[in-house]
Parts: sequence; structure tokens; C-alpha cells
Amino acid sequence: MSQDTLFDKVWDLHKVSSLPGGSDQIFIGLHLIHEVTSPQAFGALRDKNLKVKFPERTVATVDHIVPTDNQSRPFKDNLAEQMIETLERNCLEHKIRFFNIGSGNQGIVHVVAPELGLTQPGMTIACGDSHTSTHGAFGSIAFGIGTSQVRDVLASQTIAINKLKVRQIWCDKKLSKGVFAKDLVLHIINELGVKAGVGFAYEFAGPAIDELSMEERMTICNMSIEGGARCGYINPDEKTFSYIKNKLCAPKSEHWDKAIIWWKSLKSDENSIYDDVIKLDASKVEPTVTWGITPGQSISINQQIPLLDDLSPNDKLVAKEAYEYMSFKPGQYIKDTPVDVCFIGSCTNGRISDLRVAAKVLKNKKVSKNVKAFVVPGSEKVATKAKQEGLDQIFKDSGFQWREPGCSMCLAMNSDKLIGNQVSASSSNRNFKGRQGSPSGRTLLMSPAMVAAAAINGKVSDVREFIN
Amino acid sequence: MKSEFTQPIGKISNIYGQCIPLIGNDIDTDRIIPARFLKCVNFDSLGESVFEDDRKTLKGRHPFDLEENKNASILIVNSNFGCGSSREHAPQALMRWGIKAIIGESFADIFYSNCIAIGIPCFTLPKTSIEEMQNYCDNQFLFLEIDLKKSLAKSNDLTLNLEIRESSRKMFLSGEWDATSTLLDNGNLIENKFNQLPYIKFNSHYS
Repeated sequence: MSQDTLFDKVWDLHKVSSLPGGSDQIFIGLHLIHEVTSPQAFGALRDKNLKVKFPERTVATVDHIVPTDNQSRPFKDNLAEQMIETLERNCLEHKIRFFNIGSGNQGIVHVVAPELGLTQPGMTIACGDSHTSTHGAFGSIAFGIGTSQVRDVLASQTIAINKLKVRQIWCDKKLSKGVFAKDLVLHIINELGVKAGVGFAYEFAGPAIDELSMEERMTICNMSIEGGARCGYINPDEKTFSYIKNKLCAPKSEHWDKAIIWWKSLKSDENSIYDDVIKLDASKVEPTVTWGITPGQSISINQQIPLLDDLSPNDKLVAKEAYEYMSFKPGQYIKDTPVDVCFIGSCTNGRISDLRVAAKVLKNKKVSKNVKAFVVPGSEKVATKAKQEGLDQIFKDSGFQWREPGCSMCLAMNSDKLIGNQVSASSSNRNFKGRQGSPSGRTLLMSPAMVAAAAINGKVSDVREFIN
Repeated sequence: MKSEFTQPIGKISNIYGQCIPLIGNDIDTDRIIPARFLKCVNFDSLGESVFEDDRKTLKGRHPFDLEENKNASILIVNSNFGCGSSREHAPQALMRWGIKAIIGESFADIFYSNCIAIGIPCFTLPKTSIEEMQNYCDNQFLFLEIDLKKSLAKSNDLTLNLEIRESSRKMFLSGEWDATSTLLDNGNLIENKFNQLPYIKFNSHYS
């Protein structure tokens, strides 16, 4: 059993009681909600005649269903309109802060909370969304929950949950040029497999992780869940503190100094005990692309799609399904695969640094005429910043469509969808069958820089050829 | 929908039903219920859309479309079932279709929690036992009587020692799997915890 890791410290601090049978009642320091997984939870509160216990500990925004072309109300999609209205009504009734469209602070919940300074080290953070693991980048313990648990957090600010084991993933050396956090996390998931993290929290550590910016660290923690780990985190350091400093909800004046002292005390101790430790060499990671229907099915840009015989017995079943669904032949190279749609955005890679790196690749270049390309900033703040830096113009000049903030084609709950069996090069997090809105649509996950490169060439390309 | 849906309440100790095998590893919640069906403010109509895209692709040959499975209630799956999105809509859709328990090699964490929270016990068995059951279902009906007290499943010619997380088993047997009231019983402890946490004071001023 793990001891003295950040995970253990934060868990113990938030433990309210031991429940019969061995699960723990854990206090949730920050609860984030959005329009998709909260309406039924508020409905259940009403049915049970319960109130929201600490309304100030819940923050809402709207992201999954928002259109990215025309956001004027009412939305064209009646169901989407009904969902945003329900959230507006619930927040008003229960006195929950809601960052609505046009507030300047709306966006994907996992982009918004860090940029407001809501996400801080040492907190427990829950949200009815599996990518809540993103917030672990700040040294918080953050995990996705279902709607019944959203109800429980609203009613009691606590949930019943079994303590996770802790696996440290030590990333040695550093990433080479043209290789990004997305490549590293895809590589980790490929090495460990998509179910290795079941029952675990992942602690990402080592020189390669220390080197990453906060936004890159968010990309890593965001995809913990794709490796099966409900929670992923990174010990806080000076980069963490300076990212938070002066943000809207960050501790101010004398509270700031106290916060820093406390945050520093949370780091995993040098001699802490882990349930498991994995080491890998980050300098060996290359630009990585998924070829299949799980985020674990990835290869380096110059590799061939694996042959069935090269795979472990456990991986064969899904690989067969993947070859068929993706119409790929085992042994085929992934490089030069034609793409129809290029999408830059999502809670994984829709932040300002992601847009900057993609814009750098696209500057003075044109998107291939066979490709529909669009960029969806992660939040209104990201969009504003990008416009100040002229990035929107670079995207537009290249042929990318510049959209309004939201989750968009990561899960295609709005009108941004693949059509038929189109292939998309996507900076999002899931390549599941049908994920991007068409039951036969095909997704290739990659870094935003790689998406930009694919957009220019109209096919999967090595971004290193663009940035040298 | 085959019959009137009733939500489980109270103690769950015995489940009897026909098994429905669904073969495949890493079946994610997008496949169980595609995102377009999440545009709803209640779960009521999800049952008919469960596995919608997989079912359309298989044109009537999907286990959830086979006439012989229409009254089945115990789902038999392989490994990492329910991975991906945290959408509770996935187990809600399965439950509304008629699933009352799931037996698999392994489950994704969030999906597992969601099942427990809505009253669907999830059990694990080794790969070989799961495959044996799935093969059995190919040729004949498999009816199981699941006894949560003994963590046992029995059919006419099979006896299986099911694994289930002890906390979940106890919650089902005591009827406390709907956690809200158990959590609220500790109201004072929650208040104390709120007052002790250092960051609550750091952040007293939210603007």
C-alpha cells in the first residue's frame, strides 16, 4: 500500500469517515459541473427534497453541447437549448456560480477551472466528466464521477469511494524537438495499455515531467483516464505556483504565502512508498499517432501498424476489430494516410500553447484543398488571448475555420461531426468507434502540431519536417 | 422496451435471470450509448438506444437484438468493460434495457462506480470462466441464480465463485448502495472537515 505520496496526504486530509465494507467518505473541495451530467443530479435532489450543501464549492460552465459557429440564443438545436436552460435554472435556484457564454470565462470545464485559479494543489476535485484527471497537473486529486455521485456531492459535498493504489510513472531525460506532451502520454498509454490504470492513481514524475509547462502537464494528466487511471497527478513546483499566482480565484496577499508553504508540504516524500513504479526514457518518444479504436493503439510516425502476431494475446481481439473498422492493413505505414478533417481543440489540447504551436507550423502555409480544418479554442479566455496574438488570423489565412469555444468534435454533441467514414486528424483524446459523430467515422489522435502538419499535406505527416 | 421499467430500491441479495453474452475487450461507454443520446435532461428513454451504432452495424445480429435474448438480464462481458467517458447514461441505458447484473473479466473504474450507485452489481471472474460462459450461451440458454450473500452464481450445471468488491457487496445486502443518505448521516463530520481544510480559508474570497 502506498505511503507518504501526495495522493496519500491529500486523501487522508479529505477523509470524512470510513464506510462499511472498506470504502471512504471523501470531502470534495471543488466540484465542477456542466450541462450534460448535472440535470439528472439536480432532479434527484428535488425528488429527495435535498439542498445543495455548500453552493460556493460548486462552479458551473457550459461546454459539451454548445455550437461553435453561431452561439446566439436560442440555439438552433432545441435539445441543446433545453440543456443550457436547465443548467441556467439549476444554478440560479441553487445559487451556484455559472460562467455562461459571453461571460469571458466560459469554456471547456477543464480549461476554465485552471485559468480561473480554481484548480489548486492539495484539493480534491470532482466533476461529472472523465477528463477531470486534468486538474491533477496542479497536485490536486481530481477524478471523474457519474451523475449519481454528482448528486451526492451536491447534497453532501462528499462521495463514497475506494482508495486507489498509486503507480509512479517516472519519465527520464527529456522530450526531443518536435515531440510534445501528447506524444509522451500516447506513448505511456501504449506501453502500459488502456486498462493498466484500473484501480490506480498515476503519479507522473521525473526530469521529462519537470521540464513540461503547466499546460503540457495538463495534457498528460488529462489522458490518465485513457490508460484506465481515474486520477493522474504531478507534484506541484515553482511552475505550478507561478501559473496560479494572480489568477481570479487564487489566494491573495497573506493567504498566498500560507498557501505556498502548505502546497510545498504536499509533495510526495522522497522515501514515499508506491504500489508500483514504471520507468521510461522520454528522449526515445517520437511523434505518435493512433491507428486503432483505443488510445492505446498508437505507433510512432515512422512505424508500421502492428501485425497480429506482434501483439499479445490480450490485444489481438481489439486489434482485429480495429483493422476492420479503420480499414487499415497490418504492416501498413501510418505516415501518408490521407485525412479528410483536421480538428484542433478539446480539454486535452485546446489551450493557448497548443494554438501557438499549431499556428507556428501553419504560418505562411495553406491547408490542403481536400481537407476541412477547424480550430476550437478551449475557452473564451484562450480565444481572446489568441486573437491578441494574431493567431486567429494565422489559422484563417492558412484555411482553418476559427470557431467559438466548446468541446466540439472531441465528442460531437454539437453539429461538428465527421460524415460517413471520414478520417480525422484530431488533437482530442478518444479514437473510439463513432466518437466523432459518425458511426463509421475514423479518428487518428495526435498532437496539435501534428494535426497542423496533416492539414497542410492532406495526409499524416511528421511535424519535424516543418519545424527544423 | 420489453417490460415496464422499475428502478431497483432497497436490499439486493438475489438476482435470477438469463445471461446475455457480449464479446469484446475495451468496450467503451461511447459504444454503450453514443454521445448524441446524451442530449437529454432525464434518463428515461435511453434503454432503446443502448449500443445503437453497434446494433445498426450488425443489422439484427447484435446480442441485444436477438429474439432469444429479449428477456435476458445478466450481461456477460470481457475485460475493461465501460472504459472511457464517465457518462452514467451508459449503465442507465443498460438497466433500462433490462440488465440487472454484469459479470466480466474487469470493469473500468468510473463505470463500476456508476453501476454500484444505481443498483447494478458487477462481478468479476477469470478470463477462462467468462469465455466458458460465453461459449455456453452460444448453444443454449444460461440461467443464473446469483446469491450476493455467498458471492455465488449457480445454474443447472455450473457453480461459479464470483468476485465482488466487499464494500459493494455489503452496500447491496444492507440496501445502502444509494449512498446519499449514508453520506448525509455524517453531517457533523462533514462540517468539521470543511472547517479544517486549509484552502477553504485561503479562498474565502471568490469573486
